[in-house]
Amino acid sequence: MYEFEFARPASVAEAVKALSEEDAQALGGGQTLIPTLKQRLAMPSTLVSLSGIDEMKGIHSEGGQLVIGGAMTHADVAEGAEAYPALAALAGQIGDPAVRNRGTLGGSIANNDPAACYPAAVLGSGATIVTSAREIAADDYFQGMFTTALEEGEIVTAVKFPQPEVANYQKFLQPASRFALVGVFVARFADGVRVAVTGASEEGVFRWGAAEAALATDFSADAISGLTVEADGMIGDIHGTKAYRAHLVGVMTKRAVAAAS
Amino acid sequence: MTKVSMTVNGTPMSGDVEGRTLLVSFLRDQQGLTGTHVGCDTSQCGACVVHVDGKAVKACTMLALEAEGAEVATIEGQAAADGTLNAIQAAFQEHHGLQCGFCTPGMVMSAAALLKDNPKPSEGEIRHYLEGNLCRCTGYHNIVKAIMAASGQDVSAIAAE
Ligand SMILES: Cc1cc2nc3c(=O)[nH]c(=O)nc-3n(C[C@H](O)[C@H](O)[C@H](O)COP(=O)(O)OP(=O)(O)OC[C@H]3O[C@@H](n4cnc5c(N)ncnc54)[C@H](O)[C@@H]3O)c2cc1C
Ligand code: FES
Ligand code: FES
Repeated sequence: MYEFEFARPASVAEAVKALSEEDAQALGGGQTLIPTLKQRLAMPSTLVSLSGIDEMKGIHSEGGQLVIGGAMTHADVAEGAEAYPALAALAGQIGDPAVRNRGTLGGSIANNDPAACYPAAVLGSGATIVTSAREIAADDYFQGMFTTALEEGEIVTAVKFPQPEVANYQKFLQPASRFALVGVFVARFADGVRVAVTGASEEGVFRWGAAEAALATDFSADAISGLTVEADGMIGDIHGTKAYRAHLVGVMTKRAVAAAS
Repeated sequence: MTKVSMTVNGTPMSGDVEGRTLLVSFLRDQQGLTGTHVGCDTSQCGACVVHVDGKAVKACTMLALEAEGAEVATIEGQAAADGTLNAIQAAFQEHHGLQCGFCTPGMVMSAAALLKDNPKPSEGEIRHYLEGNLCRCTGYHNIVKAIMAASGQDVSAIAAE
């Protein structure tokens, strides 16, 4: 790692100020950023730790939505989000226990790894990302692999999750990395169904519109039996071909629907 | 350099560190607590697991300055002052839960974290919890057996080799 200064502000306002310095970068749980720094793929002047900011912690209900602080760890969410069982279960499947004790919700969706689990829950729930500057709808937030609507120095302070009638996340584990080879989050609301897919596409997390339409009229695994996604545009690597991932999208979606209904 | 202070195995410890100093380097290089191992240095293997405020973390993937004011527990604090092994360590010895011993500090610290939350885990729960702890020698069976035994459960049904 190159040397950097370290700051641990106690409020979002102070963190925003610290991040306005040239080449300053936010530090969440460090589970992605520290390995990146070790590889010298980043050279921040200052790391601004978000771990000491109380206003980014906690889980509470507000107007029918579950609001989770951006500094909450995966273990905090696995334990504390009982009100949204599919989300708690997803958080409890990320990485391993030690990773879950450090990695945060804000860090995960700021990073937007194409194989990460949280982006599927955030997009699949139609959640709202609350930042230090504004609120962003999930549909506008994820903009392709490792790319989001966040501006330089903008901090994810919380995520507001609408609570669906039923929901489920199915993760096809890539056992070496413990990320998702393909993961599908399905959520049924009174006014429709959302299906978000992670791990599969070269564009990062995406909504599977055809499946959403079919499930809106018939919420059963059979309803999507005839549907397939194009292999073109899927990720192909040593762990699975494009066609294999495209196939898995259908399989995992059916499993998620069956487990949710 | 910034001064960092924390309590390690009940003893207050402090030192001057850089922003980039990892918790594992603070423990090993500055405090001489070399029981915590670095296997991969990429947050995969779990040899470096310690507890920070009661939670298992990979000390190779946490900055020392993030542990300011924290209660840290390492393998050195597991046995009694006179060297008597704790129940988990004794069970690892009894059930041959280690061969080269490189992964063992992390295994013992992960096991301690598991048993704190779940005093009587099933075999499946133990295997699942140890997902982030790699062992290149034992094939895991005897580690699982040792943790079952340390939690006071019958181990006769667990595969022997
Ligand atoms: C062994 C291992 C297995 C893993 N398995 C999985 C898995 O199965 N599924 C999964 O989804 N993830 C997995 N991860 C990734 C893990 O969830 C990370 O914790 C997460 O991706 C990043 O969160 P973090 O809090 O550690 O962020 P950091 O590593 O601290 O930061 C990541 C990036 O986000 C920025 N950032 C951090 N917090 C914020 C914020 N609040 N606002 C704005 N920007 C911010 C940082 O500047 C940095 O660019 C795994 C990681 C490891 C090491
Ligand atoms: S040395 Fe920390 S996980 Fe391997
Ligand atoms: S005993 Fe050698 S790595 Fe586990």
